[in-house]
Amino acid sequence: MSKRNAYNNRPVYVVDGARTPFLKARGKPGLFSASELAVAAGRSLLARQSFTPEELDEVVIGCAMPSADEPNIGRLIALRLGAGDKTPGYTVMRNCASAMQAVDSAAKDIALGRSDLMLAGGTDAMSRAPVLFNDDMVNFLGDLARARKPLDKLKAMSGFRPGHLTPVIGIMKGLTDPLVNLNMGQTCEVIAHKFGITRAQMDEYAVRSHLRLANAYDEKYMDEVVPMYHQSKVLDEDDGLRRDSSVEKLAKLKPFFDRKVGMVTAANSSQITDGSALLLLASEEAVEKHGLNPLGRLVDTQWSGLKAAEMGLGPVYASTSLLQRNNLSLSDIDYWELNEAFAGQVLACLAAWEDDGFCQSELDLDKALGSIDPEKINIDGGAVSLGHPVGATGARLSLHALKVLQRTKQKYAIATLCIGGGLGGAMLLERV
Amino acid sequence: MNNKHWTLKTDQNNICWLTIDKQGASTNVLSPDVMEELHNKLTEIAAIKPLALIIRSGKKNGFVAGADISEFEKLNTPEEAFPMVRQGQQIMDQVEQLPFTTIALINGFALGGGLELALACDYRIMTDNTKATLGLPEVKLGLNPGFGGTVRTPQLIGAPAAMDMMLTGRNIRPRAAKRMGLVDQIVPDRHLEKAASMMAMNPPPKKSRPLKFKLMDSLPGRKILANVLRKQVAKKANKNHYPAPYAMIDLWEKFGGDPKAMYEAEAHSISRLMCTPASRSLVRVFGLQNTLKGAGGKTSHQFKHVHVIGAGVMGGDIAAWCAYRGMTVSLQDREAKYIAPAIKRAQKLFLKKTRNPVKASLIMDRLIPDVNGDSVGRADVVIEAIYENVEAKKALYASLEPKMKQGAILATNTSSIKLEDISNELSDPNRLIGLHFFNPVALMPLVEVIGTETTNALDLEKGMAFTRKIERLPLACKSSPGFVVNRVLTPYMNEAFFIAKEGVPLIEIDKAATDFGMPMGPIELADTVGLDVAAHVGKILSDAYGIELPDGIDDMLEKKHLGKKTGQGFYKYDKQGKPIKEKADNYKAPADLAERMIYQYLNEAVAVLHDGIVSNEEQLDAGMIFGTGFAPFRGGPLHYIRTFGANKIVTRLKEFESRYGSRFKAHVGWNAFVTSSDEEE
Repeated sequence: MSKRNAYNNRPVYVVDGARTPFLKARGKPGLFSASELAVAAGRSLLARQSFTPEELDEVVIGCAMPSADEPNIGRLIALRLGAGDKTPGYTVMRNCASAMQAVDSAAKDIALGRSDLMLAGGTDAMSRAPVLFNDDMVNFLGDLARARKPLDKLKAMSGFRPGHLTPVIGIMKGLTDPLVNLNMGQTCEVIAHKFGITRAQMDEYAVRSHLRLANAYDEKYMDEVVPMYHQSKVLDEDDGLRRDSSVEKLAKLKPFFDRKVGMVTAANSSQITDGSALLLLASEEAVEKHGLNPLGRLVDTQWSGLKAAEMGLGPVYASTSLLQRNNLSLSDIDYWELNEAFAGQVLACLAAWEDDGFCQSELDLDKALGSIDPEKINIDGGAVSLGHPVGATGARLSLHALKVLQRTKQKYAIATLCIGGGLGGAMLLERV
Repeated sequence: MNNKHWTLKTDQNNICWLTIDKQGASTNVLSPDVMEELHNKLTEIAAIKPLALIIRSGKKNGFVAGADISEFEKLNTPEEAFPMVRQGQQIMDQVEQLPFTTIALINGFALGGGLELALACDYRIMTDNTKATLGLPEVKLGLNPGFGGTVRTPQLIGAPAAMDMMLTGRNIRPRAAKRMGLVDQIVPDRHLEKAASMMAMNPPPKKSRPLKFKLMDSLPGRKILANVLRKQVAKKANKNHYPAPYAMIDLWEKFGGDPKAMYEAEAHSISRLMCTPASRSLVRVFGLQNTLKGAGGKTSHQFKHVHVIGAGVMGGDIAAWCAYRGMTVSLQDREAKYIAPAIKRAQKLFLKKTRNPVKASLIMDRLIPDVNGDSVGRADVVIEAIYENVEAKKALYASLEPKMKQGAILATNTSSIKLEDISNELSDPNRLIGLHFFNPVALMPLVEVIGTETTNALDLEKGMAFTRKIERLPLACKSSPGFVVNRVLTPYMNEAFFIAKEGVPLIEIDKAATDFGMPMGPIELADTVGLDVAAHVGKILSDAYGIELPDGIDDMLEKKHLGKKTGQGFYKYDKQGKPIKEKADNYKAPADLAERMIYQYLNEAVAVLHDGIVSNEEQLDAGMIFGTGFAPFRGGPLHYIRTFGANKIVTRLKEFESRYGSRFKAHVGWNAFVTSSDEEE
């Protein structure tokens, strides 16, 4: 780990942010494409600024599952937002942290002095993840296309087998680690087992996530959510929210990943969702030039690696390093957004920090780092209740962490998440 | 030999390039001097004996827009018109007879005579740009094509498609034109010349005409088609009002098998039609439209962002229309749920207009719901379309004005409140203008642009320019109750209500008006507008001008019988929103039905002119045609008064006054129209 904080070169401010409601995938392509989601959030965000979209230096968008007709979706979104031909845009992909990567990439350009005003975040329409032909079908079509004479064509055609029609479900591939061949849910089973997290604890956590989100909407804390419209319906809440969630109901569900014997169910996992979240980042010069009133400062970002089979512990590795580099202790952090990829995974992270053995062997600490007060973490719900559009979540966490700091008038927050493939990402934010 | 409008160039491959660039005009039209020069050029080209002739335009906007309409007025009788038409036909023949390959290179529109010139060539190559259209719109001027179009179009694409083109006058886009066989090749702009050159060097073989075209040309085929067409046309246009489409069908039926005779008959037909009152009126309407267009035209004002407050039917549809016309639009209302229906309608409109979901969604990107009014400061135009309440509007302006950017227009869509009543608390009361749109916004071309005596001229000018930028027709009006359109319509609709109360069946009332040439009867119109709206406007006009109101409307309002929107007004409406009209068999309607309604309309039109609400007669006629669809073949209400005879109408008004009451009292403004009896025609 480098001791240098890249952003110290030139401060990076988070001016404002917005997100769409997160819309649960319901087995069919959702109402909006990934670029439509980002445009819905972005146009409202930009409409309330004192500068025009053309004044953006660049647009950086994280997207983990782009559709075939939205190549380089970052540029596409820039154009659809009216940023004009001269504003470049690009797309980044770091699985569940794609949006956090986009924010980090944009922030680095500001810190380097290359840019002053950036739109960064992410979007995913997971419900529209591609469904692909399998290899046999592709080979069959290739042979058919090459056949010229009628007899050859007939011969090629006769090679067809019903099995050719079995599709490859893109989203299942995307949510499975190709090297250790574990589904993300199974990695949660691994770490839950490691720290003795029980099914009951997971369900209890999941219920609390729903109740917290419901409360946040009722208290009008979710003002970063820009309503979307379909037909004459207004979609202004995350539609995976279950206000009537209860431990009794959740106990009835069967384990989804490790069938029969496991603990992770669909209800104590994050939801497969469509959504977008965006942040506006600015240099000090841009803040002054446009008279902006930032939400806060992006202090530092840390990326860490770990065993792919335990990817859910990524936040522990990344956040610990982030604290160390910035000479902060656990108690300095007023608020945490730790992504709820799985209820069991959040609980495992919290348990890891409380575990002397783990902290000594894995984090090179003398003893356990400590405990995080449940009232300081994910107080307005998380991915279990509001969903996890993988490309967008990173930006949502940072934005909402800043919103909470504004509300509670506190100083530091960390937004952190685990990343498929064995990674953790963490962002340190400060209210200004 | 002069080279005013046409230039000829022969290239190294011995291909002649003949370019039309009409001198002193922004658009190419086939005026007599242009035709004469073409004739000379063709003679010259014939002598060169080139490999091929390519006819193209030197203007960027398109090929040729048609004949010169301003010439028509100079021709007083069919006999005067015929030689000119015949001469034009012969020049087209001259093109057709050239013994080498001829190609028309269409770089945009080719309309009327312009398309007929292209049809006289062997081949047509067309650009695929967004402004490219082909059409034979003569019917819209009450005419038939006159330069061989009625003969060559069916020859090329078959009678059914050709008749459809000519009877509707509709525009044909490049891909459809290619599919129909109207053009031989479509290419992007950048390849036009290369494509023409290649085709000239190596012309494709001509296809023989399909058998079905030939069958259609036989006498039985023509009889069948003509009958079908007559039935279709009858649904759209009354033969007494619009003779042109019927003349075209007759022409085809009689001469479709005999091109030579048909050219001559075509020339006779158009010469005759040109001198009908209907065609004269339609040409006048065309001119009026250009006058309105010109009023807001050529401007350096830029309008990028429009902010609309009030997402009701009017506000929502105005916002959608502006987005469709290329602007970024923010739409504000109290809560998201009030904006949602507008978004739904907008999406439907964009899909209908673009027929392409991707293009529609790109337009949707520009229509931004804005509950908090975050974008006010971004807007070049702020349009208020909230409910009709003086205090609410004033309060809204007070909150808007400080947020608005320098030079932005503040406009209200009020239909009934005077600007003076709502502008007085603004820091600059003279900045408020009215932009009064009509429902449905996407279909109604007129916008009343309203100012008071003291309204800033610059703001009004911007309002006119903005209206043109969104492809609507601006009518400058003085601030006064009901402005122009609603004020003239109200007494007319009221009269229909009076007649209904007398027990005349509704269907008969509407029929009397549509027989006169109105696009929709007054009863159905009132139901469509909404009786609550109509009553509200009626009340305001009654207060202002003492217009007599029929009673009974309040009862309907109380019962929520508001018209089409509640499923019941004067008529009941079915689920598709169509009125269920009860037949009135054996009923003999009073003879003065139409007169009673129309004369109320004319009386108020005369009053509006007299009060100086609009600047002149043309403006008023244009407003009533484009705002209410007043029978276009009658050329506008005041034109109708002039042609029909003011004295006759005033006499009838006096009779009606004694029979039906003081609401028929002729307005003092008639004095400008009546003539002493010996002067009258």
